[in-house]
Amino acid sequence: MSATTREPERTTAPPVRIDGVSKAYGTGGGALLALDKVSLSVTPGEFVCILGASGCGKSTLLSIVAGLDRPTLGTVDVGGARVGLMFQEPALFPWLTVAGNVELALRTRGVPKAERRRRAAELLAAVHLDGFGRKRPHQLSGGMRQRVAIARALAQDSDVLLMDEPFGALDAMTRDLLHDELERIWSERSLTVLFVTHNVREAVRLGDRVVLLSSRPGRVVEEFPVPLDRPRRIDDASVATLAGRITDRLREEVGRHGA
Amino acid sequence: MEREPVEPGTAATNVLERQIAGLDALEMANRSQPGPLRRMWASTWPVLAAIAIAIAAWEIVVLSGWKPTYVLPGPTQVFPQLGRDLTDSSFWAGLGLTMRRAVIGFALAIVVGVLLGAVVSRVRFLRVAFGSLITGLQTMPSIAWFPLAIMLFQLSESAILFVIVLGAAPSIANGLIAGVDYTPPILLRAGKILGLRGFALYRHLILPASLPAFVTGLKQGWAFAWRSLMAGELLVIIGHHTSLGVRLEYARENIDTQDMIAVMIVILVIGIVIDRLFSAADRALRRSRGLDPS
Ligand SMILES: Nc1ncnc2c1ncn2[C@@H]1O[C@H](COP(=O)(O)OP(=O)(O)OP(=O)(O)O)[C@@H](O)[C@H]1O
Ligand SMILES: [Mg+2]
Repeated sequence: MSATTREPERTTAPPVRIDGVSKAYGTGGGALLALDKVSLSVTPGEFVCILGASGCGKSTLLSIVAGLDRPTLGTVDVGGARVGLMFQEPALFPWLTVAGNVELALRTRGVPKAERRRRAAELLAAVHLDGFGRKRPHQLSGGMRQRVAIARALAQDSDVLLMDEPFGALDAMTRDLLHDELERIWSERSLTVLFVTHNVREAVRLGDRVVLLSSRPGRVVEEFPVPLDRPRRIDDASVATLAGRITDRLREEVGRHGA
Repeated sequence: MEREPVEPGTAATNVLERQIAGLDALEMANRSQPGPLRRMWASTWPVLAAIAIAIAAWEIVVLSGWKPTYVLPGPTQVFPQLGRDLTDSSFWAGLGLTMRRAVIGFALAIVVGVLLGAVVSRVRFLRVAFGSLITGLQTMPSIAWFPLAIMLFQLSESAILFVIVLGAAPSIANGLIAGVDYTPPILLRAGKILGLRGFALYRHLILPASLPAFVTGLKQGWAFAWRSLMAGELLVIIGHHTSLGVRLEYARENIDTQDMIAVMIVILVIGIVIDRLFSAADRALRRSRGLDPS
């Protein structure tokens, strides 16, 4: 597995340990078990993709890792790392401009004003939104808003970045470009990334490892290391081959519910 | 194995980048709006038509001879009187007095309403205990406060201000409480992730998120304040100050119905103009956030 063979000096942040995490919504007979004893250990600097059918608890898992929700059972340990989360919806502040949204993330970190302006412009350029800084979020398309959310998440300069289907609303062209951009930022900053997606190829394109979750309750079914060299492209034959294998396993898992 | 540096600056990527800019431009296009003059006309002509119809109806009633004209004068008598009033300095002095009371009373109501709203929305116990009481207070006709106000403050400015505050502050407090309550949960979660806490959480998230509801509360509060003030000026007549309300009362006593209706028109117009200002602020605010469909 490529993650375990990485040189240790790149890895300053502590690992993320998810240990036997279960989450039930509601109580008694009507309770819904969203996650069932999910355990996952993520090495610092690792890029882990989480795959699973809709409703299997992926967003719930990220909320718990981010500390927004508490697990019903089990523990999450991020070792004091700063955790950033990009939500499934953009969740931008509608009263701020696009640049203002990014700058607020810098401001809460205590970045001085002039610096904030410059950094926000850089981050917006990284998601190919230069020139849109003065627009309001509602003036952008859904995909563009999602890119602003990516810029805002990067502005937090966290050690661990949780991303919940960040590219789901994008067209294929933009998505490919942002894959490159995310990979570049990840390797420059030695970020730890937990990346949720529905798209198997995307998971293989980006991840050092792909974790497959089952549905209702969400459990870790299988983990697939991705031993492919970077840079990869989403239409590489090797990506397609591994994605095919994972898709078969995913189908099998979803099929269990149809029976 | 060392992670290989990823180099995005290839020719193929540059082409892609241009294509993305093209896609974005397509998505941004086609958001044209009618010009400002046309929009202003579109919102003005129904108002003008309504005024014309009302005046015509009034004139018809007068012409029908239902009441003698010294009891119910027509527009042709009232509007010249209104013109004379508007060129009379004592009328403006009275209007100034009324507006000063309105401004001071409304400002006090804002202070009280904001403090009340802030405390009640923050403290859970108070929220339960006083939340519905504040809404209940809104249903109290402000004129019913005057006997108490006069007992407490005699026939004085304070009595009038007291009733304006009691009339307007509950609406303002309620607007603030509603705004805080309805801050979208997803934004609260985003704020938490961004590290907003304590005062910064209020400054950067909860207050801006509550602003539209707060402005709605202000608008409603203004309507209550204006009504309370007029009731107060009719009931609490202080010395020789001729406010709008007092002028109205004197006109009735002197059977100067023309002046009475002229003053009523002034009171109506002031109420409408200020209500429109709040509505415009409200609309601008919502539009800037994409909450307005138009
Ligand atoms: N606040 C909540 N209260 C009750 N049930 C919830 C709540 N949040 C999520 N659930 C339930 O928990 C399950 C997992 O939800 P979650 O949003 O984590 O799924 P997901 O894997 O992110 O789905 P998707 O791929 O559609 O985003 C779902 O069945 C959902 O209905
Ligand atoms: Mg989800």
